Amino acid sequence: MNSHASPAVRAAALTVVRGSRTVLDSLDFTVPRGQVTGLLGPSGSGKSTLIRALVGAQAKVSGALDVLGHPAGDPALRDRVGYVTQSPSVYRDLTVSQNLEYFATVIDARASRATRRAAITKALTDVDLTDHADDLVSRLSGGQSSRASLAVALLGNPELLVLDEPTVGLDPVLRRDLWKLFHRLADERGTTLLVSSHVMDEAERCDRLLLLREGRLLADDTPDALRAETQTKTVEEAFLHLVDKAATAS
Amino acid sequence: MSPHRLLATSHRVLRQLRHDPRTIAMMLIVPIVLLTLLYWAFHATPEIFTNVGPALLGIFPMIVMFLVTSIATLRERTSGTLERLMSMPMQKAELILGYALAFGLLAVIQAGLATGLSVLLLHLTLAGSPWLLLFVAVLNALLGTALGLFVSAFAASEFQAVQFMPAVLLPQLLLCGLFIPRGQMQTLLADLSNVLPMSYAVDAMTQVSTHTGITGDFWRDLAVIAGSALLVLVLGAATLRRRTP
Repeated sequence: MNSHASPAVRAAALTVVRGSRTVLDSLDFTVPRGQVTGLLGPSGSGKSTLIRALVGAQAKVSGALDVLGHPAGDPALRDRVGYVTQSPSVYRDLTVSQNLEYFATVIDARASRATRRAAITKALTDVDLTDHADDLVSRLSGGQSSRASLAVALLGNPELLVLDEPTVGLDPVLRRDLWKLFHRLADERGTTLLVSSHVMDEAERCDRLLLLREGRLLADDTPDALRAETQTKTVEEAFLHLVDKAATAS
Repeated sequence: MSPHRLLATSHRVLRQLRHDPRTIAMMLIVPIVLLTLLYWAFHATPEIFTNVGPALLGIFPMIVMFLVTSIATLRERTSGTLERLMSMPMQKAELILGYALAFGLLAVIQAGLATGLSVLLLHLTLAGSPWLLLFVAVLNALLGTALGLFVSAFAASEFQAVQFMPAVLLPQLLLCGLFIPRGQMQTLLADLSNVLPMSYAVDAMTQVSTHTGITGDFWRDLAVIAGSALLVLVLGAATLRRRTP
């Protein structure tokens, strides 16, 4: 299929203004299909704004931003893009499965009860919450409720999954499991993932990286190429190298 | 518009409430207790209860549904679930009507209990049918839901949302004819009273309690209440934005 030739996301001169502040300043980048792309940068660098622009939740976006061949926020994308916000967006006064049942109907209102049931079981297994399916979200730990939020995004088998800091506050074992899940989704289901994080060591787990700082793109490359180019051992060092280089250049 | 998404939303809202039995109990019991108190307070002069009772039967559902809806939709906005729903194939009308249906059902129960108590136990004398009273009460509840939904867009916190109750509903309560008959108000206040929907809600209840048949004024009141509810719902829908700053 030639759709795999075109990137999942293509941004040209992408700019976002919030109030009087330019949060994203003329970004150009692409996100390839079927891979895990990391959006790395310190907090306040514009990661969440970029993600909100991608899912069509951000106002005052200029420049071009195409997602799966449509302008970002196009109604045609609403059941093809899964979105996980930074804080868990699930109903705290419902159980995990009640949340999933509701969102499954919203995503695909015409699906049969059995189809929805199967999708819910699969999502629960994916995020390893089967044992907590009947617990109220308000009773779950922080990590468990953010996995419940992730499960909602997995429901419709989205082609593009956009995750805003999904691993914050998780213990190392869970974090490793989630990254395994991300790669499994990319390898087995061909899902494109864009995962933001401010923890630089997570960059090593990505196929590609977008390094963001103060609303500007520092790099758009694979972790290996980035380290080779900057002659550093870790992505964190590469990031610092690029920041210094940008500072001397200006 | 998909009836599935609409019904799923109502179902979800009711499920949320079911996990909060204290709220349900308050919604249903507080109006009953207040009406009983009022009956008791005017025990020596029952004609006052006969005058005020029907008006309160119309006002309680509006106030309660206003509060519950404004907090519920504010939570939806602040918890990120609204942003998530707006990124999904959810139409605004499905969401809003889903809420209206869920709270409308609760209003039927609430108004049913309050009307039943007033007519059967507190001997509220009505010239018209108690079913009409019930019908207007439910319509008032929907108006309360619509107003609550609308003001939640202007509240940044639950503190602010609660303050909208005295700001939006108390002036209407003062001018609806409950304290001074609307005919005796100063021209300016009477004009103001004429454009506030609660005045018509109270008038509709009075029409039912004082007339055996359905009057022309009653039809006018119904039209105004339903029209205001619809108008505010449309305004409320406009405050649900897919893109936010």
